[in-house]
Amino acid sequence: MFHFEKARRALLPSLGLLLASPVGALATEGAAQVAGGGKPWWFWPVVLFFFCFVLGIIAVLAGVGGGVLYVPLVSGFFPFHIDFVRGAGLMVALAGALAAGPGLLRRNLASLRLALPVALVASACSIAGAILGLYLSSLDPAIVQVCLGATIVGIAALLLFSKNSAQPVVTKQDAVGLALGMSGTYFDPSLGKEVEWKTHRTLLGIILFIFIGLLAGMFGLGAGWANVPVFNLLMGAPLKVSVATSKFLLSITDTSAAWIYLNRGCVIPLMAVPSIVGLMLGSFVGVRLLSKAKPKLIRYMVICVLFFAGLKALDKGLNIGLLG
Amino acid sequence: MSDHKASRPMPEQITYANILFLGAWTGIALLVVTYFIYLTGILEPHSTIRAVIDSWTHGVHHYQQATDAPSGWGWAALLNTGDYLNFIGLALMALLTIVCYLVLLPGFIRQRDWTYTIICVLEVLVLCLAASGLLGSGGH
Repeated sequence: MFHFEKARRALLPSLGLLLASPVGALATEGAAQVAGGGKPWWFWPVVLFFFCFVLGIIAVLAGVGGGVLYVPLVSGFFPFHIDFVRGAGLMVALAGALAAGPGLLRRNLASLRLALPVALVASACSIAGAILGLYLSSLDPAIVQVCLGATIVGIAALLLFSKNSAQPVVTKQDAVGLALGMSGTYFDPSLGKEVEWKTHRTLLGIILFIFIGLLAGMFGLGAGWANVPVFNLLMGAPLKVSVATSKFLLSITDTSAAWIYLNRGCVIPLMAVPSIVGLMLGSFVGVRLLSKAKPKLIRYMVICVLFFAGLKALDKGLNIGLLG
Repeated sequence: MSDHKASRPMPEQITYANILFLGAWTGIALLVVTYFIYLTGILEPHSTIRAVIDSWTHGVHHYQQATDAPSGWGWAALLNTGDYLNFIGLALMALLTIVCYLVLLPGFIRQRDWTYTIICVLEVLVLCLAASGLLGSGGH
């Protein structure tokens, strides 16, 4: 049996050190001495790596996806055009979802029966969202900035006010849920027993994934912030199944949108690679800190940061200049 | 309809998880190795780092013109350059889900679960369409 976890633990730290090291960067110093506001060319990739490392820690502690923090913050505080931030944001969210997926599938927490039908809708719509987002950006990037700002403020409000339900009561499964077999059983170690679940309001849930897919593709956001409430509060899936299925679902939804951005040339390796690896390393550190930190306080801090990032994107898009 | 209430996942789900695990971590490892090759200049990049940095503040259309960047699968022809070598890892990660869905298909067919078989086939088609470069890849 191949020891996946051991291999992962051995691999990650060494990869991070390699990426963060300016030694490699110095080798091509002659190619580009100074760029981007008088800073050496390796400045932004190195800063981005450490920024994403911290972002990865915070994202885990706050219980949000990395993509939803990455896009508004990097587009607000780094010099990159929104096209490339969205492309990198999708790759960041995709890498995180791909890495988390295996464990969730093996433990049967991520439900294929719940994920597959909505994934088809969300991934098709995320393609449309990506094409629409790139079209709007080509017309005027300010349109995307304003829409992104409004979405981020909405996400912050959703995170602030939505209440999850560990075991929603579903008295009767609806016809669509029944036809799709959207039900299952998982073992909950905290309860020490197997928990059965089924969905209701399935059609409405599937319809909402049209909008979730569109937003994910348009802004390059991972859509866990929307997936979980729809699965849990609307369709009645248990919270653990909702969170796990949402993470797995991102690996499918983001794949389709990521290809649109990749094919369009919106993924620049110089900035995308340190973002992906920095955020992944940070999320592993975050998992280790989870038992010592105060996630509730950090969650409120992240909500404040999201409000600020959303307002900053609105400010930038509307060219008001209040927030710098 | 199959017995979907069984708490144990079907074997194909475990295979899906294993492929995802190996593929994702291979992709990330490839990203790091190829990025190192790119930064150290072991392979000459297609576009200079200065050109990339000067253009990443502008939109993608400007970037493509300034760096002579390809659209669609044009990057595949530039894998001998330091910058586009990084696309091996990126593309591997973006192709994984398609492979994993193909792995699921026999399980659903064996269970005679035609609804999920059709959903799987449609998803593969959607992902292949996205990956094909036929949609929104534009040109320059």
